[in-house]
Amino acid sequence: MKQKLHQIKERVKDKKWAPAFNAIHTFLYTPNEVTHKGGTHVKAVDDLKRTMNTVIVALIPCLLFGIFNAGYQHYSAIEGFPQDFSVVEHFITWRNFLVGLTTVLPLLIVSYGVGLAIEFVFAVIKGHEVEEGYLVTGMLVPLIVPVDTPLWMLAIAVAFGVVIGKEVFGGTGMNILNPALTIRAFLFFAYPTWMSGDKVWVHGAVDGISKAGTADAISGETILGFLAQNKTAEMGFSLSDMFFGFIPGSVGETSTLLILLGGLYLVFTKIASWRIMLSATIGALAMGLLFNAVVDFGWIQSYSKFYSLMAFDFWKHLIVGGLAFGIVYMATDPVTSSQTNKGKWIYGFLVGFISVMIRVFNPGYPEGVFLAILLMNVFAPTIDHYVVQGNVKRRLKRAKQAKIYPASTPASVETQTA
Amino acid sequence: MPLLSKKESKLILDPLADNNPITIQVLGICSALAITAELKASVVMAISVLFVLAMGNVVISLMRNIIPSKIRIIVQLVVVATLVIVVDQTLKAFAYELSKTLSVFVGLIITNCIIMGRFEAFALGNGPWRSFLDGIGNALGYGVILIIVGFFRELLGSGTLFGIPVLGDPIAKTGLYAYGYENNGFMIIPPAALIVVGILIWIQRAKNPSLVEEA
Repeated sequence: MKQKLHQIKERVKDKKWAPAFNAIHTFLYTPNEVTHKGGTHVKAVDDLKRTMNTVIVALIPCLLFGIFNAGYQHYSAIEGFPQDFSVVEHFITWRNFLVGLTTVLPLLIVSYGVGLAIEFVFAVIKGHEVEEGYLVTGMLVPLIVPVDTPLWMLAIAVAFGVVIGKEVFGGTGMNILNPALTIRAFLFFAYPTWMSGDKVWVHGAVDGISKAGTADAISGETILGFLAQNKTAEMGFSLSDMFFGFIPGSVGETSTLLILLGGLYLVFTKIASWRIMLSATIGALAMGLLFNAVVDFGWIQSYSKFYSLMAFDFWKHLIVGGLAFGIVYMATDPVTSSQTNKGKWIYGFLVGFISVMIRVFNPGYPEGVFLAILLMNVFAPTIDHYVVQGNVKRRLKRAKQAKIYPASTPASVETQTA
Repeated sequence: MPLLSKKESKLILDPLADNNPITIQVLGICSALAITAELKASVVMAISVLFVLAMGNVVISLMRNIIPSKIRIIVQLVVVATLVIVVDQTLKAFAYELSKTLSVFVGLIITNCIIMGRFEAFALGNGPWRSFLDGIGNALGYGVILIIVGFFRELLGSGTLFGIPVLGDPIAKTGLYAYGYENNGFMIIPPAALIVVGILIWIQRAKNPSLVEEA
């Protein structure tokens, strides 16, 4: 089998669509022109494909949970939330799975279908190899959109995100913005009615608009939505609901527990930067604490439209909405985040800090994570630049202050300065 | 004898493609972003700039030998301002609704870099007839891009062209909207114009690689 594939590869070598074949070929098989064994080359198995596959493995629990949650939210919105909730009885059920599968799977297929098609077309036109960057993006996209996003909208957004967000800059590894978030931002600005409000987070709720006033009309407000409207009291979700993820929201973002596990997996496999995750968490907590302090000092009245979000316990920001998902899977994107270690601390801190700030001060759309990360993506190279320059300056200063001992022979001085 | 000599027709045709003021020289971007959400406004803006640039080029060209070079910018500004006021008042008199849509941007034609650029680069050194053709050419090059951008932004953003619904009624759900189509709100906001212009630049450079600067 392996040998046969190489024969085919030799045959299509000069054809126009050779990159398309190579992409499929190298996806699971090693090509035979690898660096020879032995010798002086450093070899590692964690190439781009391995990296991407690891992230996908970390995302699969979120996807599965999202599928079940889509069904659970759908039936709970119709029949009311179960009184004594048990995971096995009410959550992991066939009917939840079926509803979830029929809503989430098409999102996944459209995301991969459109995105990979564009990648292949660009690879064939430009004659380079297909890069693996879309594998993760294609998996992230269905997880960060509402379940009932119309498929044609998703297709347009994916095409926009991949072409404008990535290919125009030169493809994988050259992009300034995270493509998945570009897609999300495009959807939000192009079709705001489908991306926010109380009708889009639960499957079937949009159909309910036409049945408004009847018993079939259902709505599913997210926790941030409740808070933005100062309706904290009406919110029926407990702390464990928020942490385990039995709440309405984008497909894959609800379960903080699974995101945490995925994040730990990524940190231990050294795929994602723990510095960014930790500093983003600290940043979010710091901003949350600041807002809590404002409330505690009584500087803001309870009729203010910001009151509920400001009074929301600072640490709870991490377990609602997309903050945890954004920090673990989006902010740590190795291409668009800062590259230097110090830069990662600054970058991460500001991601968390600005996320919570946008959340509180923009009640019309109380989810600032994607905007915060996109903003910091743009600033990441600047941060790196100053970190590197700072390092250069410090070393120069050290070199100037260093006491230079007289060299033993003039010849050795010459070799040093050369 | 043809109406225009080869050199003269080049003055008009060059700015339409390979020396386009917007896509190649990247001038006049502010107005291209601001008023292209509607096709009608784009067309009116294109005509206004055509008038101001062609007339201004002629006037400056006629005066080119008597303008002291130290104060030429002021003289140029006076000429543009006069012409812009003519356009502005005409619009207010005959197309009041439209002049409200264009609002301050008609006045801002004064600051449109294309106009000052052509005065400086061409009219100060060429005769009135050639300057007139150059003004027409550059204004057309500007207008073509404006109209293309306006076409896509209005079609995708509002589903209309010149205010006429061409894709059906979004509220009554007729035409395309019956199939669940929705207007793209992103196309209404100015950043969309930047992206459309960017795509135009991309297409132009892909077709004509000689335009691409060396990296």
